[in-house]
Amino acid sequence: MDRFVFLTFDGLSKGAVLAAFALALVLIWRAARIVNFAQGAMAVAAAYAAYSVTSATGSYWLGFGAALAGGLLIGLVVERAVMRFVDHTSPLAEVIVALGLVLVFQALLGIFYGNEYLPTGTPFSRTALTAGGVPLLSRYDLFVFGAVLLVVVALALLFTRTPVGLRMRASAFAPEVSRLLGVNVGGMLTLGWALASAVGALAAMLVIPTELGLHPHAMDLVFVSAFTAAVVGGLDSPVGAVVGGLSVGLILSYVSGYLGSDVTPMAVLVLLLAVLLVRPGGLFSSTVARQV
Amino acid sequence: MSILRNSTLLRHLALTLLAGVVLYLLTLQLEPFRNFQLATVAAYLCATAGLTVLVGLNGQLSLGHGALMAVGAYTVALSQNRLSDAGVTGNQVLPLSLALGVLVTMAAGAVIGLAAARLRGPYLAGVTLAVAIAVPAATVTFDEVFNSEQGLPVYVEPPPLSLGLYFPNERWQAWIALAGALLTMLLLANLVRSRIGRNLRAVRDDEVAARLAGIHLARTQVLAFVVSAACAGLGGGLMALLAQSVSPGAFSLTLSLFLLMAVVIGGLGSLSGAVWGALLLVALPDLTHDTTDWVTLSPEVAQRLEGNLPLAVFGLTLIVVMIAAPGGVQGLLRRLGALVRRRVPTR
Repeated sequence: MDRFVFLTFDGLSKGAVLAAFALALVLIWRAARIVNFAQGAMAVAAAYAAYSVTSATGSYWLGFGAALAGGLLIGLVVERAVMRFVDHTSPLAEVIVALGLVLVFQALLGIFYGNEYLPTGTPFSRTALTAGGVPLLSRYDLFVFGAVLLVVVALALLFTRTPVGLRMRASAFAPEVSRLLGVNVGGMLTLGWALASAVGALAAMLVIPTELGLHPHAMDLVFVSAFTAAVVGGLDSPVGAVVGGLSVGLILSYVSGYLGSDVTPMAVLVLLLAVLLVRPGGLFSSTVARQV
Repeated sequence: MSILRNSTLLRHLALTLLAGVVLYLLTLQLEPFRNFQLATVAAYLCATAGLTVLVGLNGQLSLGHGALMAVGAYTVALSQNRLSDAGVTGNQVLPLSLALGVLVTMAAGAVIGLAAARLRGPYLAGVTLAVAIAVPAATVTFDEVFNSEQGLPVYVEPPPLSLGLYFPNERWQAWIALAGALLTMLLLANLVRSRIGRNLRAVRDDEVAARLAGIHLARTQVLAFVVSAACAGLGGGLMALLAQSVSPGAFSLTLSLFLLMAVVIGGLGSLSGAVWGALLLVALPDLTHDTTDWVTLSPEVAQRLEGNLPLAVFGLTLIVVMIAAPGGVQGLLRRLGALVRRRVPTR
């Protein structure tokens, strides 16, 4: 029973990170109808920037800030320099270009930092606090929950309560009309990419210290899990992404706790297939007739 | 001559025969290392040709072909080792193992294809990406069979004695791999020119129209996946024979991305493009290796560059080709040919 409780809390903490990462995917999907397969590589690049800053200054928080700023910048550059020029009529082109970006990012990181696992520190202790002898949550887990909650609330406020959020929603929903009404649609798209990339960077900062360490491929499995989470939630719904993230995190935590951690990739595959075959639109999507 | 023009099958047979003779003469001239590289190109070609049919002609994106190659490679490895343990030897062992590899991979491809037929665009890409990550991990989970990260050695018989005592092993490998690649190309070339090939393209271009024309969508898509998987399985099996070992590291996600990249740069949907892509997969790492040798660097930097520079070049080429020249190398050649023909008026 203790183990179950521990795995539950561990799964929720992992799930919170997946939720943040899935949220980043959903942000870009809503803005541009693109699943950003380069999200993982972009986030790792931001985490490496944080690593450099932290090892130069010795401060975790400066590195944390650098990761967020780096994430914004990477998203901005990727959208302005690459994604803008991709042919949007074929769905293959966007995925293939994103995969090209993955290769470039991972190769550059490998060249500059090497392909070894680099240890990264945490701002808070990772030893679990106990309640009545049962280990529950570490201070770091609480920090993860807080950070993700803050991001979710901030994004919700941004999209529903601010003029910029309204413009972003409008240009995603009806680009032509928005342009006629004087909205800078291209700029909104860039902003969407930058925001999503920063959220992805935050997720990478939160998840990498709990895994093996910093590595150009550190986010590969996280990306697939987060994609699964986003699909569970329906790719289109931010609420779905959060719920999907938490549930995928829980399931993966139980699987790796009871069956062994090397089963996790297969569990992700099975879960993804199951969701797509049973409910392709995700659990939170409104029913839409498929264009055959 | 008119027979060749009228019969696709005869034309393709003649071309294959010609290519076979040219390649045979080439293997006699090349030094062992070049022969090994040629064999590697042939093994890659099986996989890229299969992938270009799936992605280019049927419009289904697969990021999991590296994993399908792993299925073929591990099947061939297990079959070769079991057969040699059981004392079965002779010329029929190798074709048997390869056929087994192809069959098992086809079964795996059918399973993925059944799911894929219900999925579109990014969803399909996501599922095949998960396949690419899950298959190498499966070798760790079932480590009694697959021996985890170390992988398995592959028992391969030496070249038959009838070829002479000092026959170079690399030339023998090149012959096996080239035979596999030529067979794949012949079958695929006929397939894409047939009714099935037209169906594949019809489904890619307009699903509604294809359906109205009486084409069964799901069946066509599964068929494309199975054919493509069979090619990847053969390519993986040949890889296992060439390396004489299999390990999950050789069939990582990067391999899947490489295959896709080769197909895109060669020219999506074109079998000749698949040849360019396979050549590039072998030639580019070699070129970057030569370049890093040429510049004097500290050993640590050289090691980092050697592993990663080809990746960066590949990725960058992929992006540039996709944005600037979606037809790839084959598309450029075709345009060049048209330009030349216009310049030189036919008399």
